[in-house]
Amino acid sequence: MLKVKTENLRSNILKDIAEISGENVADCYQCGKCTSACPVNQAMDILPHQVLRLLQLGMVDEILESKTIWICASCFTCAGRCPRDVDLANVMEGLRLTLLRQRDASRIKAEDMPEILSKGMPEQGVVSGFRKYVK
Amino acid sequence: MRYSYYPGCTLKTTATVLDESALKSAEALGIELAEQDEWQCCGAVFPLSTDEIASYLSSVRSLAATAEAGEKLVTLCAACHHVIKRANHVMKTNEEVRDKANNYLELEEYYSGQGEVIHYLEMLRDDFGFEKLAEKVKQPLEGRKVAAYYGCLLLRPGKVMEFDNAEDPSIMEDFIEALGAEAVDYPYRTECCGVYLSVNNEDIATGMVEKIVNSALRHGAEAIINACPLCHYNLIELQDKNADGEPVLPVYYFTELLQEALGLTEKVEDKASG
Repeated sequence: MLKVKTENLRSNILKDIAEISGENVADCYQCGKCTSACPVNQAMDILPHQVLRLLQLGMVDEILESKTIWICASCFTCAGRCPRDVDLANVMEGLRLTLLRQRDASRIKAEDMPEILSKGMPEQGVVSGFRKYVK
Repeated sequence: MRYSYYPGCTLKTTATVLDESALKSAEALGIELAEQDEWQCCGAVFPLSTDEIASYLSSVRSLAATAEAGEKLVTLCAACHHVIKRANHVMKTNEEVRDKANNYLELEEYYSGQGEVIHYLEMLRDDFGFEKLAEKVKQPLEGRKVAAYYGCLLLRPGKVMEFDNAEDPSIMEDFIEALGAEAVDYPYRTECCGVYLSVNNEDIATGMVEKIVNSALRHGAEAIINACPLCHYNLIELQDKNADGEPVLPVYYFTELLQEALGLTEKVEDKASG
């Protein structure tokens, strides 16, 4: 049975995510438009609208352990279609940054870059990767 | 017509084709694109968090310089355009970030969004005009079926980018038709190509590229054009190759077609695309 713990709803990490993202997840009414719009939803273990629901319930750890936040490509389709003006791309960034800053969850290494660049990867891709995946 | 020009890192390195074809085409159209002095990398991705003020600084420097020069700032790379346009929106609307950026930069004049940034395609549509462009075409691309690929960064968020209708854009199709080619309509033209997922999640990005390319092919496309070096890379590297090792659907920057239509180069199919 799902238990919502009040201490989770008061957790500092939830406040950090709200502050970093600037978004109020309570505005979401679970219509699912973000999930249907998402071009990578098939690769996600927690769907976009479920991320918002879990945040509403204070269940941050489930999201922080998910693949979803690292698969979000910041394409902004979800935010454009949200009828409640919740910018889920900002929320995903808040979740990634919380992990990167507080738990140093860096996903790519500088030493891997020469090989990636040798394939012709544009500088834009490398800089984006570092901005999104490294502390 | 004279503009300030912001090329960005990738156009000076892996995407020199985009830079050179755009500059040559502009010159032929009588448009002067004056590269800004001491421009800096835009950061490639827009800071989506509320507390990353430093990430705005290079954009604000370029925007302040373009305002001082009294010229619009023209971009080519979709990522640079996205970052600078959104940074300008923040400078207009967010007093706290604006004050912090100004305090740090110590500009001669307080910057509050008085500069204007437009993409090269917007310059052609809104200032030069597609009708006038059609008159300048020397080698019409008649009979060529070209798919426009917009991707994300030029269009979204629609309220800030104001590039075109974010859900149903037409600027690239109108551009293709101004060059005398036939624009192919297909449903995946505004879907994400996977962007930087190709750095460490290549399988996922490959699936996204397959959907875009297959959709364009099913609708009769013989080539696909774009305005983003990372989309360009993903569309080429992550799609299926033919027996010669070439992408099944040729991928070009929009400026390569422009250069050809203006009679400045041979047919783009006959030369390797970079």
